[in-house]
Amino acid sequence: MRPEHPPEFPLAVHDLTVAYHRKPVLWDVDLNIPEGSLTGIVGPNGAGKSTLLKACLDLIPTTSGEALIYGKPYEEQRDLIAYVPQRESVDWDFPVSARDVVAMGTYRKIGWFKRIGAKQKKQALEALEQVGIGHLADRQISQLSGGQQQRVFLARALVQDAQIYFMDEPFAAVDAATEQAIIELLKSLNARGKTVLCVHHDLATVSRYFDHLVLLNMRVVASGPTSETFTRENLQKTYGGKLNLLDDVAQALKNVGRP
Amino acid sequence: MNWTVNDLHIILVGSLCAMACALPGTFLLLRRMSMMGDAISHAVLPGLAIAFLVSGTRTSWWMFFGAAVAGILTALFTQWITRFGKVERGAAMGIVFTTLFAIGLILIKQSADHVDLDASCVLYGALEYTPLNLVTLFETETSIVQIPKAAVVIASTLLFNIIVITLFFKEFKMASFDPSLAKTQGFRPMLMHYLLMTMVAVTTVASFEAVGSIIVIAMLIVPPATAFLLTRRLSVLIATSMTVAVLSAVLGHLSSQALPYLLGLPETTSSGMMATAAGFLFLLAWLFGPEGLIKKQTGELEKPPELELED
Repeated sequence: MRPEHPPEFPLAVHDLTVAYHRKPVLWDVDLNIPEGSLTGIVGPNGAGKSTLLKACLDLIPTTSGEALIYGKPYEEQRDLIAYVPQRESVDWDFPVSARDVVAMGTYRKIGWFKRIGAKQKKQALEALEQVGIGHLADRQISQLSGGQQQRVFLARALVQDAQIYFMDEPFAAVDAATEQAIIELLKSLNARGKTVLCVHHDLATVSRYFDHLVLLNMRVVASGPTSETFTRENLQKTYGGKLNLLDDVAQALKNVGRP
Repeated sequence: MNWTVNDLHIILVGSLCAMACALPGTFLLLRRMSMMGDAISHAVLPGLAIAFLVSGTRTSWWMFFGAAVAGILTALFTQWITRFGKVERGAAMGIVFTTLFAIGLILIKQSADHVDLDASCVLYGALEYTPLNLVTLFETETSIVQIPKAAVVIASTLLFNIIVITLFFKEFKMASFDPSLAKTQGFRPMLMHYLLMTMVAVTTVASFEAVGSIIVIAMLIVPPATAFLLTRRLSVLIATSMTVAVLSAVLGHLSSQALPYLLGLPETTSSGMMATAAGFLFLLAWLFGPEGLIKKQTGELEKPPELELED
């Protein structure tokens, strides 16, 4: 085991580089995500945030480097991980109900060939109740609002009962009530010792939502506890010359330390 | 119109074939790759030709094997061209299947022209002639029950499709809806993809001789598309799709017999009319379905949903 990436870290990324058509998207990313953290991955558009999650989960080919889950390659640790892709990544016209989608989170435990049973259906319903839309279980997914669809995805991650949750922009384009529900859920997962990684866009809420932070712009600009990492200097380095953002940054920094 | 046992045989073969196609077609539709059915059904031609050249026979097993390989190659080439050629998927498919189809035609013309592997038969089929080649299902002293040989081949394919879909139902469902989840859970969506492509290729070949590739393409796409206008539940969708498939075959053959007689038209072909009937059923669903044109134009204004107080 590499000394700089000891196996107690839920996720350790070593020298990861990802390129698309020879153009680097992630460059030499090196990270340790501490156990039990609620980590935000923040950076400008095109910084490679989603790519980082996908590369860690072997969903896209990497040019070099590796990601280790508790010191082992991802293929050996699938049971420990739940992934919530971006909402737009799937076709919401697909002929399934909310409960069907959530039940997909149990497929790995069921295994190949076997059908889902009453137990899994019950689990799915409970997860939907946990995210506050149990009454919509039998609704076809295109009949749900954006926020409700995001909750369905979260419920699916819940039934996977993982150790580490990879979430790609769960707060993107959801209503305020859903955002509140999601963050409460993440905090409760966190309180049960789960590690949560979350690609995030909104600088204004970073310090309230996350205790650990990765600032990313192709390279890792900074990584560490939010209180130390979320500084004007680091944000300027991350967002570069995008000056129109600086006002947001100033506003966000004012929020530092507020509950 | 004279109703004979031949009509029953034609309807039997047509229905079996339509169902066999509609089953994988439903998943093609859900994966938004209906054109892949079109592509594969053309691209299997060189597979058939090469299988014939290598084996020297037209036995089914060689043909199925050649078709399956060609089908998988089509999917692979499309994948590669999309990834490395920086062209969109539809264009990549177009490049692959037209090229393969052309190679297939050349192969057949050049080296197999003197045998009965005929290009026009591949396109239009010979549904009317299936009753000429019968096998005996069972025989008693007083009666004999025979069905067309094509029906046996296609029924086996349908059975194969039913078994595969039943066995991998939840895997197909997840791989179609959310391939990234399928992959992270270790369910190998690419494997499911190629399995589906194999099903399409094998079904295409089984149906070729009897009904031709034109109707195969129609039955891969139209019954699932019709069903999609009528329901949003996967199991009901599949059942509806199969029903539309059978209805198309029955209506198609009946109208191919009745229409020329009624309208004084020249002869029509059954397989052509089956594809037409499928299109007609789609039109009906589009007009009168739950989300159809008529309801949209004349229905009452939907009440806005009650405000839901979340939390």
